[in-house]
Formats: sequence, C-alpha cells, structure tokens
Amino acid sequence: MILNYIKIAWKVLLRHPFYTFITLFGISLTLTVLMVLTSFLDHLFGTHYPEGKRDRSLYITRMMQQDTSQNGRNMGPVSYKFLKEYAKTLKTPERVGISTMFGFANTYINGKRIKLNTKYTDADFWYVTDFQFLEGKPFNDQNIANGEQVVVITDDLRKQYFEDTDESVIGKSIDIENINYRIIGVIKGSPATRPYTYGDVYFPYTAPKSNYQGAGLRGGYMAIVLAKDKTDIPAIQEEFNSAVSRIPLPGTENGFKFHIVKVEANQYLDDFISTFFQDADSRKAIFYTIIGLIMLMVMGLPAINLVNVNVSRILERASEIGVRKSFGAPSRALLWQFIIENIFITFIGGLLALLLSFLIIQLINTSGWIAYADLTINFNVFAVSMGVCLVFGLLSGVLPAMRMSKMKIIDALKA
Amino acid sequence: MIKLQNIEKVYRTSSIETLALNNVNIHIRKGEFVSIMGPSGCGKSTLLNIMGLLDEPSKGTVEIAGSTVDKYQDKALARLRNEKLGFIFQSFHLISDLSVLDNVEIPLLYRKGSARERRELAQEALEKVGLSNRMKHFPKELSGGQKQRVAIARAIVGKPEIILADEPTGNLDSAMGNEILSILQNLNKEGATIVMVTHDEAMAKRTHRLIRLFDGTQVTDSVLSTNLATGV
Repeated sequence: MILNYIKIAWKVLLRHPFYTFITLFGISLTLTVLMVLTSFLDHLFGTHYPEGKRDRSLYITRMMQQDTSQNGRNMGPVSYKFLKEYAKTLKTPERVGISTMFGFANTYINGKRIKLNTKYTDADFWYVTDFQFLEGKPFNDQNIANGEQVVVITDDLRKQYFEDTDESVIGKSIDIENINYRIIGVIKGSPATRPYTYGDVYFPYTAPKSNYQGAGLRGGYMAIVLAKDKTDIPAIQEEFNSAVSRIPLPGTENGFKFHIVKVEANQYLDDFISTFFQDADSRKAIFYTIIGLIMLMVMGLPAINLVNVNVSRILERASEIGVRKSFGAPSRALLWQFIIENIFITFIGGLLALLLSFLIIQLINTSGWIAYADLTINFNVFAVSMGVCLVFGLLSGVLPAMRMSKMKIIDALKA
Repeated sequence: MIKLQNIEKVYRTSSIETLALNNVNIHIRKGEFVSIMGPSGCGKSTLLNIMGLLDEPSKGTVEIAGSTVDKYQDKALARLRNEKLGFIFQSFHLISDLSVLDNVEIPLLYRKGSARERRELAQEALEKVGLSNRMKHFPKELSGGQKQRVAIARAIVGKPEIILADEPTGNLDSAMGNEILSILQNLNKEGATIVMVTHDEAMAKRTHRLIRLFDGTQVTDSVLSTNLATGV
C-alpha cells in the first residue's frame, strides 16, 4: 500500500515539473537555512575543540557591581585576584582554569607586522581545555613559578612566523612587543567563534602586561570551572554563590561605591544568554521564545505557502479521490495517502537540503571566513532536520488532505 | 440483492429545489441483469449512484445484500462498497499515473491481502477481459474499448456480488460497445448481479429487465427474460 502511495507521489512529482520545482525549492531552501543555522548554533554552543569538556564546564566571565539606588553600575570581566580567592578555592570542581579574555600584541617577521590575539593563562587552563599539542607541551606551574618567559603558539602563527619549516620550533624564540619568549608548545588553533579559548599566542599569566596583580574584584580575567561530572554542576554553582555572598559589602572600586555584586558561574549557553538578559530566572524563557519565533517564521511561512500549492495539487486529483472512494477507500486511508505522499516529497526536499547544506558548510569551512571553522552536519543536526521535515510534511499536507478526503464521492468524480 | 424503498432525492441550492427522484421502489434480485433507461436528466445516474452508495437519498431506505445502509458511518460504507459493489463508469475513471495492473489492484488495496495476492487477482481479472498483454501499459496508451475493459477488470477484481455500470458503452463505437456488453453478460452468467444505465435500446434488450424513468419517477418495470444466471 505505502509503495503504491509512493509510486503515485513520484508520478505526481513528474506530472507537474513547475509545481514540483516550487515545492521542492521551498522545502529545500528553508531546510538548508535551518540546517546551516543549526550547524552554526552547534558550532557556537556545542561541545567542540578545544572546549571538548564544555558539557561539564562552568564559565565565570563577568561581574556587575551596582549601587543601592541601582542608578550606577559597572560590568566587565573579573580580576585574577577575585578568581584566585573565590573560584580556585572551590572544593567541588575537578579543576579551575584561569585566563584573560582578549588581548592584542604585534610581532614582526622580516619587517612584516603580524597582529596577534593574546591570552594569559594559568597552567590549569590547559587542563580544563583539550588543546591538541602538535609540538612541545603546555607551560606548567613550575614554569610559571620560575618566571620563565615561555609561550604556546598556534600552528597558524608558527606557519606565519617560521614559514613552512619542517624542523621543530620548540625552544626557538619569538619576539613579541620587544620581549623574547621561548616557544614551549605549538597547538592546533581554535576558531575565533570560541572567544574564551581563542588566541594566537598564550602566555603564562605572570608574563609582562598581563595585569594580574590588580587588587580589585574586576579586571581582565575569566575562569573555566571543570566539574568532575555533569551532575556536580548545580553543587558547584551553589558553592560559588555561597562564596560570592561572603564578598564584603559595600565595596569601592575605581572610586565607585557599590552595594551589590552579581557574578555567576554559568554553562556556556547560559553565559552567552546572560550577556543579553540580566534576569537569571526569565532569560532562558525569553531566549528560547525568540529562537522559537525565528524558527516558526523560517518554517511557518513556507509551510503556509506549501499548503496553498498542495491544495491546488490535490484538488486536481479529485477524480482519483472519487475513484478510490468508490472502490472502498475510507476517508482515513485517503488522508494517510496524502500525508504519506507529502512526507515523501518533503523528504526528497530534505535530502536536497542535506546536500545543499553540506556544500555550504564545506564552503564556510574552506573559505577562511572563520579561521579554524569546523562546522559539521552531525547526527543531531541531521535528526533535527529530519524532524523538521516531518513537521513540514504534516503541516503542509494534513489540511488539504483532510479537506479532500471528506469530499463527497459524487462531487469528486464529477470534478 | 438491492432493495430501494420510497427513494426521493432532492437537490437544493439557495434559490432552487429540484426533485431528481420521486418515490422510487425497486427490488433487484440476485443474478439479475437490469437496465435502466430514460431521457437525459431523468435521474438514471442518480438512482445508480444511490444504489452504489456513492450518493445519499433525501428520503427512503437502501438495502444492499441484506444490510440496510441508512445509518452507516464512512468506514462501514467504504467496506460495503469495497466488498459488495463494483463500478463501471462511462468515462472510465482510470488513474492516469498508474499502470493498467495498478489501476485494477485499487479495490484490493483497501482489504487484507499480500501484494502478491493482489497482483495475482489483478492479472486474473485482466485475463478475463482479454487484456493480459497490456498490464504494464498506462491508460493513455489504450483505446476507449481497452480502457473500459480495464475498468471492468477493476470492477470485478474484488469479486463483488453487484456490478453497477453507468453507460458503460456510451463513449464507445457499436462494435466495441457490443464487446463490452458481451463481457458483462458473461459476468452475469457467472453469478454477478448487474445494474446498467444505458441510452441504447438494443443494449437494454439484451438484459433481463428494463426499468424506465421519466422525470425522476419510475414509469415501467418490464421483465425481458426470466432466464436468470443463478436463480432468485
């Protein structure tokens, strides 16, 4: 029976190339947009290199200080001192890695300037992330305690600075802002879309210009708190909140007197959302509502259009409906026939979309628009897309199918 | 086999009411080959549609193979049409996207049975109408007579007790029409009860009984032959 329906669906597709083109174009374009978008969201928020432990990591990235009237507020990254006192001392996590947010520096090779994104980190930063070392190793507590001027660089910087030399660059020196650093490790770089780990060169936090000695609560630092297990996350957040509640208030920083301090340890997506929405209780709901509305727009409009195309396509098959009903097809069987046909057509659109998305994603990955871009069509994205296909098939098929399956036989035969 | 009592059919629009059938009472016995005649618009097709459960009467009761059908739901009506009735339409109503074999299989899709059984039964029905060499063809590749034979194969594939034919020879030349009528006569001899709407007096005379309608009313009901295929 299903084979028969699919056979008909295929014939119907071939019967009207223009309708078919419009239908498939609508479906595949929408799904392509959705899949590339999902893939990009997954690229931004999923667990990927070098943050392969993101699913059990918490991020402490900013602090807000407010006065009682709530008229004045300061917000920004936290200080190394704050993290050392309030994050490093947490008992529940497996490890806490500290690093700066963003920094810039220049280096010159053969008179040519190379702009560098810099990060100052502690040794645990290398533990909470999973950077792949192509050469050498990360700096450790000993290197830091000895005040060694060492750096870890990316393969991209290695290529620019040392050109395509085959010999190891470990132990070689690199001149950054007139200071010579010894290269201790070369890592595979990470995309700029992962700002908490992205950089070209990584210094120990004690290196010059790291500003780690600041005495206040705010500074240029952040921390990645790695839980032993995902289930520990609420306990870590509780422990951190409890530690933060012991910050002596009111306090003064840079002449600003504050009575309230807000600082959270959030998972990556929550941390991202919290940059837009302050209120911890409602922000997730608002964020998902916005995403939901966008998805609905992306899917809903073409679906309504498809209903239209489908109605006219099914209408011209009234005689077939009449014949099938005359020979004993119950309304429900016809309803299923049209739904199955629609789902079949939608899945063809889905396959086209998969192909298109694959091409677009390959293009993004290889074009260099995002350095180290690693967008993929993974199983989740594929499953979501297929789910969307199904919703599409139902949305655009059920309504006309219901209308047609209830048509009187006599009217259907005369049509 | 088919019992119609006090059948009335009224078509209503917002401004006009048309009485298509008025107090029609017909009892068709098992094995009969009945023809219905009358001028255009007299209600012949409406009557046939009501017998075939394709349309509902405004008043009266319809009994098919012992079941009164006035209270049936969609599913039960569909089953009755599927198991007891086979239709042959003047304009064939074949599905152009399906092959001859797939068209003939349609009634079997809505009952239990494997794809292989369906195929075998459809082949058997096509052999019966002399079209076993056209199974893979599509309707547009067939002549009018061949199309009607496919339609007959589709009507008989589910082995229904009743075959309802609405001007089955109306779109065919006389030679082809004769051929179709011969097939119907053979089916009747094998036991099928057949009701045929026709404009052709000669065709009607080859059936057992002739019912004439005029303006929605049954005017005559004459027995032409008592030689029924399978008795009463």
